[in-house]
Order: sequence, then C-alpha cells, then structure tokens
Amino acid sequence: METVFQAQISYNQFLSDAGAPLQALPEWAGKPDILVRYYRNMVQLRQLDNKIIALQRTGQMGTYASLLGAEAIEVVLGELMLSDDVLVPYYRNHGLQMLRGLPLEDMLSYWGGDERGSASATMAEDFPNAVPIATQALHAAGVATAIRIRGEKRAVVTVCGDGATSKGDFLEALNVAGAWQLPVVFVVNNNQWAISVPRSLQSAAATLAQKAIGAGIRGEQVDGNDVIALHESVTEALKHAREGKGPTLIEAISYRLSDHTTADDATRYRSNEELKAAWEREPIKRLQTFLHAQGWWDEVQETAWQKEVAQIIQQGLDSFLQRPPQPVEDLIDYLYAELPDALKEQRERLIRNAQPGGNHHE
Amino acid sequence: MSDAITMVEAVNLALRSEMQRDDSVIVLGEDVGVNGGVFRATVGLRETFGIKRVLDTPLAETMIAGLSVGMAAQGLKPVAEIQFMGFIFPTMEQIICHAARLRHRTRGRLHCPMVLRVPFGGGIHAPEHHSESTEALFAHIPGLRVVIPSSPKRAYGLLLAAIRNPDPVIFMEPKRIYRLNAQTVEDNGEALPLDSCYTLREGADITLVSWGAMIKETLEAADLLAQQGVSCEVIDVVTLNPIDHETILASVAKTGRCVIIHEAPKSCAVGAEISATLGERGLLSLQAPVARVTGYDTIMPYYRMENHYLPNTADIVEAVTATLEFS
Repeated sequence: METVFQAQISYNQFLSDAGAPLQALPEWAGKPDILVRYYRNMVQLRQLDNKIIALQRTGQMGTYASLLGAEAIEVVLGELMLSDDVLVPYYRNHGLQMLRGLPLEDMLSYWGGDERGSASATMAEDFPNAVPIATQALHAAGVATAIRIRGEKRAVVTVCGDGATSKGDFLEALNVAGAWQLPVVFVVNNNQWAISVPRSLQSAAATLAQKAIGAGIRGEQVDGNDVIALHESVTEALKHAREGKGPTLIEAISYRLSDHTTADDATRYRSNEELKAAWEREPIKRLQTFLHAQGWWDEVQETAWQKEVAQIIQQGLDSFLQRPPQPVEDLIDYLYAELPDALKEQRERLIRNAQPGGNHHE
Repeated sequence: MSDAITMVEAVNLALRSEMQRDDSVIVLGEDVGVNGGVFRATVGLRETFGIKRVLDTPLAETMIAGLSVGMAAQGLKPVAEIQFMGFIFPTMEQIICHAARLRHRTRGRLHCPMVLRVPFGGGIHAPEHHSESTEALFAHIPGLRVVIPSSPKRAYGLLLAAIRNPDPVIFMEPKRIYRLNAQTVEDNGEALPLDSCYTLREGADITLVSWGAMIKETLEAADLLAQQGVSCEVIDVVTLNPIDHETILASVAKTGRCVIIHEAPKSCAVGAEISATLGERGLLSLQAPVARVTGYDTIMPYYRMENHYLPNTADIVEAVTATLEFS
C-alpha cells in the first residue's frame, strides 16, 4: 500500500494562558496601538454583556446569547475585516457587528425582539444573524460567489459554533468554497459546548479544523483566547481570500463561559471544575497581564475606561428604551416588495385590531 | 421565432432572453451547464454566456438554495434548478427560514430576488421520488411566490416575470407537458402578470379551477362537456401564493358551481384553500358544494400504478356532472 494523501493541522498560540509570550511575537505586537485597542474593545464587550444579562433578568430584554469568552474572536475580526468585506454572522457576533458600525441601540433592539435591529443601514451588505444552525455558511459561499463572478477583491467572513460543524450546510459550504476557490473565511468559534452537548460528543474528529481537509481547503486551529494568534491567522486567511487564493477554515478554540443563552442553565450539564479551569484561560485577563508587563496599560487607565464604557452603554440603552415601537403594519408590509392584493384585507384587520378599542390594542 | 416550440424550449428561450438583457441573471444547478440540464431546459446557455453565468454546482440541493440566497442578497438574480421535485426537500430550511424572510427580517435592507425552478408532477414513468406534486408545502409559506405555467407561452412570459420579480419565486414546471404541445412563442421579452389567474375559456354553467399539467385534462373535459351542451369556464390559477381569489369568486358568482382539479393529494392542498375561500366569501353564489378532483392522500406511486393515482378527464367529467346535478 502506498500513502496517497497526508495532511496535518497546525495550532497557533503566542501568549500562554497566563499571558506570557511563548514564542517571538510578530512585529505589530511590539507596539501598544492594536493590542490596547483589542483590550479596550474586549472590556467594553464584557461590560455590555453583563449589562444585557441584567436587563434580561429584569424583563427588559429577550432571550440573549452571551458573548462571554468569545470576546477575542469578536474584536480581532472587527479589527481586520474591511468595511467592504461582508459579514455573514451567527447569533453570537453582536460584538463584531458593533465594531463594524452597528449602533448599540440597534443591537439592543435586535435582542429586544425588534426586527429593526437587523435593518440598520450601517450593516450595509452584511447579513442579519443566522439563528438556524450553519445555514449562514452557505449564504457566505453565495456572497463569495457573487464577489468572484464580479472579480472584486473582497472577503466574506462567516462564523459558527462547534455544533454547526456537524451540519450538512456547513460541510456543503466548505465543499463548494473549495471547488470554486471562493473568497471566504469560515471561523468556527469552538467554545466546547453546543447548548448541553460537549465537543467530545459532537464529532470523533480530533480537530474541527480538519474538516477543511475533506473539502480541499486550508484549515488550522488557533487559540481563540489569544488575540495575537487570532490576528495572525485571520490576517493570513483574509489575505488569501482577497487575493483569490481561496477559502480558509479557522477553528478558534475558546470556551463558553456563559450559559448557552439566558434561557439556559449550564449547571445542569457541566461541572464547576471545568468552568473554573476555563476562566484561567480567558482572553481579557490574559491580554491584561501581557499589557501590564509591557507597561502599556495600568489600573488608572482601567478605571477610567470602565467608567467611560459604562457611560457609552447607558447612552445606547437610553436610546433603545426610548425608541418608539414599529408601526404594526410592518408585520405585513415587508413581506414582498409590493403588497399583494390577497393580503390587503389581512393588513386592514391587523391595523384595526391594533387601534384603541381593537382586540390587540396595547 | 415563428416555429412552434415546446414548454421546455420556452423555458430555455426565456432564460436565454433574460440573460441577454440582464447580466445579473445567473443560472446554477446540477448538470445545467455542459449537459444542458437533464430535461435540456438550460441547453446551450453555457456556450453562449460562459462559465461565470452558468454554474455547474456540486451535487447538494441545500447548497444550491443557500448559495442562491447569498448571491441574491448581493444583487444577482440566481435562477437555480432543482432537478426533480423529490429532491427539493433539503432546500426547505434555506427557502423558508432565509429566502422567504430576508426582506421581512431586515425591513427591506436586503432582499432575495431568486428563482428556484423545479420540474414536478407525474406521468412520465420516472423513477421513485421523481413525480411528486408538493406545491402546497411552498404555497403555505408567507414571503414566497409559487408560480406554475401550463403552456409554452405562459412558461416564457411567467419565467421572465419570475426572474424580474424582486422576491423569491418557486417556479414549478409540470414535466408531463414539457413536450406535449408546441406553440409559437414570440421572443418579445414581455413578462406575463404574476398573482393573477388566467381565464382560459369562458363559460356559463360551471367553473373549473386548475393549474399545471392538469389544465390539459381540464380543457379536454370542458371540450367533452361542451358536446353535451355544458358551458365550462376554465381558470388556470398560475400563482398559488398569493392566490388571485377575486377572479375565481367572480367566475363562481356567474356560474354558481365549481370543481377544483389538481394532481397533488387532496388534504391541506391548494384546492382546499380555494374551496375554503369560496365558502367564506362566495357561499351565497354557490348552487352546489365545491367539488375537488385530486390525487389520493397517499404516496405518489412508482410508475406502474401512476395512472391509478393521477386524476383523468373522466374523473373531471364525472365530478362536473355530479355538481351540475346537485339540487
């Protein structure tokens, strides 16, 4: 027998769990600019996340998917994607969406049950959140097909969780992206849990990155809590995409430090010991330790930034809470470009019912 | 273009015609390029328009639908082919959860001008899983259009309309009549109206409502009944979502009687929707119960028994006669 194919998957990490360099750092990491921005953005996302969960607990927000533990992935993609790249997100990318320009009040609107949160003109060509699992990977391939047909130098980024890699849509997207060498970057936020199903039950594959091999595309693992490693991997993948060299699958190893959503209770299915160990690897503390060691960040800056962030969040929250409700007819008016005659009677009934004295008046 | 062409040739003509006019129209699907489609609907397009406009995809229906959503959101007008109705089911999550609601959930920021073409229905002695009529599954979905032609001329004009429509359209092609009759179809680039019934024949005694391949038997029945002095009005529904109920109601107001004919199983089918609407809004016009001539509520049989399943002209004549005799 002869070997007809061999492959290997690399793992990329620069900072240890404790925030110490494990190898020579890339040149850009020798200056504070980008790294401090990463840190500040992550701190902002975490404070916002806590705030939204508190709002949900007091009934001011709907079911919410926390970003706790995903901050590094969000800020690095937000930094490196260009405005004319296209994001095809899942439901745990609202940090990235805001870094791409989505106002906080729109983001809050989405999680507050209002479709206008996906309507903001700032989202440009970006897709709204995909809630069914892995379906977005195919939209990303479709957007990339359009970009390829037009011969543009733009990249498409799509993100999903580890559970999504078990679905056909994900594998079909990898396959067509490889067959057609599409300019797309698939990022798997492998946070170890698909609601209650651990990574070990999701797939017998040693890595999720190796699913790229079956599709004939680049695939690698990266420490998803290490902004420097993520920055390097994402930069390279975006470069490949924009230069027409094809797609990449990046498996970012992270940990879902939160429940799946506010409707979930992870204590039912995972141990405190595991969670505690995961907190030792989390992205913010790790970068903070590094920045402190470099003398690029201190307690005074920390206190000032935390205070500023609280104000920014409060402003966005106030705008969200003051936003007038959608006109009830929006429920039908955006179904088709033009309202079909067959829907006119139902539209009238909807409006009548919402008016004072109507069955559904609030 | 004075030579008569078949329905499948009319589909090809419409694709060619619109691709010439509009660079954003992209044809994609399994075997649509080099092979020209298993029914030859896309034959020659790749040679004319090249590999960037006619995409031979990997074999994955979910992918074809999902890719089309992404392309459509980018302003292209993908016209995707699903080879047979029996293979359309993997696309349903993409169609229902994304194509049909992209405009709605982004409040018009993005929309999805895609067409999913699919040959459907029985009667050509095809393998298992090749002969279903599941139009009702799609007609039930808000945000979708379901359009079914029943002649070469209407296939040409309706497909142009479907491609130009800014919302997703499931364009179902009744393959039993793909090559049955030829018609002269002028390549004039003129789309036919969607969301409208087409009255194929005016009559005074009873309204026959149908679509797709069953229009053939419905017209044959109307001919036979005419010889017996019965005047049938024949309505081709054409767009099954949203339905033009007004045309049907106006016809039944005139005739007082209605028979609905379709190949799909009876229960929860589009005929039930039309019948229910006649009950809600046309009750006082009706002089007899609305009758339905349909497939049985069973699995579409493999070809040895498909003639037992498919409604035929005699079934229609029988239902019309019973409806006329009701008093």
